[in-house]
Amino acid sequence: MGHAKKMPDFITLFNYSSVRKMIATAILSTFSVVSVYSNHAEEAGAKTHENHESSTSAAHTDHAKPEKYDPGKMIIDHIADSHDWHLWGEGHGSVSISLPVILYTKSKGLVTFSSSKFEHGHAAYEGFALNEKGTVVWEDEANTEAIYDISITKNVLAMMLAVLTLMWIAIGMARSYAKRSGKAPKGFHNLVEPLILFIRDDVAKASIGHKADKYLPLLLSIFFFIFVNNLFGLIPIFPGGANVTGNIAVTMVLALVIFLTVNLNGNKYYWKHIFLPDVPVWMYIIIIPIEVLGVVLKPFVLMLRLFANITAGHIIILGFFSLIFIFGSMNQGLGYAVSPLSVAFTVFMGLLELLVAFLQAFVFTLLSAIYIGMAVEEHH
Amino acid sequence: MQLVTPAIGLVFWMLVTFSLLLFILKKFAWKPILESIRNREQTIEDSLSLAEKTKSEMIRLQGENESLLAEARKERDSMLKEAREMRDKIVGDAKSLADEEAKKLMNRAQDEIEKQKSAAIAEIKREVSVLSVQIAEKLMHQQLENNAAQQTIIENQLSQLN
Repeated sequence: MGHAKKMPDFITLFNYSSVRKMIATAILSTFSVVSVYSNHAEEAGAKTHENHESSTSAAHTDHAKPEKYDPGKMIIDHIADSHDWHLWGEGHGSVSISLPVILYTKSKGLVTFSSSKFEHGHAAYEGFALNEKGTVVWEDEANTEAIYDISITKNVLAMMLAVLTLMWIAIGMARSYAKRSGKAPKGFHNLVEPLILFIRDDVAKASIGHKADKYLPLLLSIFFFIFVNNLFGLIPIFPGGANVTGNIAVTMVLALVIFLTVNLNGNKYYWKHIFLPDVPVWMYIIIIPIEVLGVVLKPFVLMLRLFANITAGHIIILGFFSLIFIFGSMNQGLGYAVSPLSVAFTVFMGLLELLVAFLQAFVFTLLSAIYIGMAVEEHH
Repeated sequence: MQLVTPAIGLVFWMLVTFSLLLFILKKFAWKPILESIRNREQTIEDSLSLAEKTKSEMIRLQGENESLLAEARKERDSMLKEAREMRDKIVGDAKSLADEEAKKLMNRAQDEIEKQKSAAIAEIKREVSVLSVQIAEKLMHQQLENNAAQQTIIENQLSQLN
């Protein structure tokens, strides 16, 4: 009897505790982000059709009606790549940096122009137009010729800025190391050298062994590339804010580099382990496909992990911010009331993302080192 | 889904940028940095091992010094002992030599004394005989002046002869 009486008590406690509300809010907000996004995707599909029928009038009516806050669109706009770098403002008052569009098509060859020619998707230029997702398409819907878009997009520029910063820091460090050879590290070195030593001793040497020196430059470059881009991604204003390491193209290239490094350096033991494993011969039918799959799967998982972690971090932070405007669009007072909570959550997530920025760079590098170590390991 | 579709442009630029980054950092950053870190570690290791070596060398030298000192002390002791023995021997030798010499001298002196003594005695004897002859002469002179006395003496002498 005592038990039965206790249970409802607990449930009521759980029902009315503020903790549950907070959890529910968080869960709901995440879900709403996803659901709103899927709504938006459908809507977008519908809109493109409309646009193609009467492109200018559709755009006009779009602007004429008061814009309803759409968190899904806002979040996707922030984490996706784009042809111009939006700084601030909405609609006609928005300020953004126009980036160069570089297109290659068989019929037109290489075409280069500023993304301002598109007028944020409202105008077509040289037969090209931007669709709702920000992708360059043919203005003439019937044209199915492939467009190779190698524009300097927001992510490309952000990545280049991060890479330049990284080069500036690393080469500057190398210079001052040469100047102070044999002496103790000083100033900024104290910040970076532990990272270098950490990658060298605890990642490369621990996983690869005595051949680590050969792969150390690659591992260091990958680690610092991811780390710097992760950190830049956390800066909300201009040089940062792009979702570079949360972009599947970027992580794909990184994973590809690891895939090539592992398989081009794999020794006979590595290949024997895949094609002639130490199991009874009849098991080869099962083992060999699994091993071959593993060769591809390892870098594939590297690609997905980094992409998913960084993108998720951006989505959660943007989601918490969206809460203010979601509640604000219901009732202005509610928006103000939610904002402290939202900001607190965002600050907490920001701190967590700082940790994740390092952690994901570390995990990617460590797993890469382990894969390389497995490929070059000498047996007996 | 645009989120999980890698964009060709970004793949292209990423390949270009990352290859450049890899090349440039490898050549101009990681190599010199790792080199200088390794150098520093080598320097530290060398210095430590040198310090260790110096310490053990010092301990060894100290031990050597001590043993040298002990040896020197032993040598000094043995030298002192030797010197003492030598001295004792020299002194002993000298003493025995001196004794012998003294004895010899003494013997000679004694001989001389004996000789002198016997000579002196002989001299004295001679002197005495001369003197006694003289005395006897004198006495004779005196006695022979007196008849009576002469008589006595002659008688005495004669009696003695008997």
